[in-house]
Amino acid sequence: MYNPFTLEGKTVLVTGAGGGIGRATAIACSKMGATLVVTDINAETLAETLSLLETEGSRSHLMFTADLTNDDALDKMVAELPQLDGIVCNAGISKVLPIQFLNTEDMNRIMAINAFAPMYMTQRLYKKKRINKGGSIVYTVSISGVSMVSMGGVMYAVSKNALDAFMRNAALEFAARNIRVNSVNPSRVKTGLIQNSVYSEEEVAKDLQTYPLKRYAEPEEIANSIVFLLSDASSYITGHALIVDGGKTLT
Amino acid sequence: MEIKEFIQNFADQFEDTDASVFTPETVFHDLDEWSSLVGLSLIAMIDDEYDVTIKGDELRAAKTINDVFELVKSKK
Repeated sequence: MYNPFTLEGKTVLVTGAGGGIGRATAIACSKMGATLVVTDINAETLAETLSLLETEGSRSHLMFTADLTNDDALDKMVAELPQLDGIVCNAGISKVLPIQFLNTEDMNRIMAINAFAPMYMTQRLYKKKRINKGGSIVYTVSISGVSMVSMGGVMYAVSKNALDAFMRNAALEFAARNIRVNSVNPSRVKTGLIQNSVYSEEEVAKDLQTYPLKRYAEPEEIANSIVFLLSDASSYITGHALIVDGGKTLT
Repeated sequence: MEIKEFIQNFADQFEDTDASVFTPETVFHDLDEWSSLVGLSLIAMIDDEYDVTIKGDELRAAKTINDVFELVKSKK
């Protein structure tokens, strides 16, 4: 059957695979035929993700529990990784703070996890030639900071904007090896990142009205966009930020 | 922690509302200046000053400043 979206024969690394968009992406990639390498800082949720992956065709998936903000842990993981065709840098955190409450500790933590960890992981994998020619890198960025800003969202916005800039620079440089680099920019997604937030139910109900599709995304809907960018169906797309927002940024 | 100091910190998150308006019985959601940003600032202030994390729904459920004070005290 003709299917340019297939990931058969590809090995894909997904970070932050213990939950939310990362888990949904790992599962979607496995269903599309990829062999997965999943990582997360939380061994328990990561093992659960591993158990949910499709293994038909006697594929065996790998998992690495690692704190990717730690240089030694990052080097160790990179040294043990197989050759990759796809990379999904998805690990991310958020904390809502108005600007007047900014502080070094929170800012450094968000920047380390959301921006610097994916940058340094990309740098090492590229330098060590671990990404096959024709490969694809996808960052989970956000419309936040790139297309819009929200009250108290400054740290998240700044970190995601940094990642957006890195994505476009990497797309330019990595074209030399025919490696494509893109991002998906979701609006709010039904994950723990939203469910554990400071926003009240009433605020969420009001916020939903600002979405033309009147709902937040399911993690699987972001995962499917990532699958597209990993697959050969997007072979001429690089340096692109794919907005997946239910129409949120239209108005 | 004392209610007087708490009210002062609470009032500091507002720009235009006169300090005399703020008492333990003040129904803060009804103040003209109340906004989502003030709410987020209150949550951040409580985290900063009292090392207590409160959620948006908890702040929403509180009616008076004293309710918030008691909530913070119960989480200390």
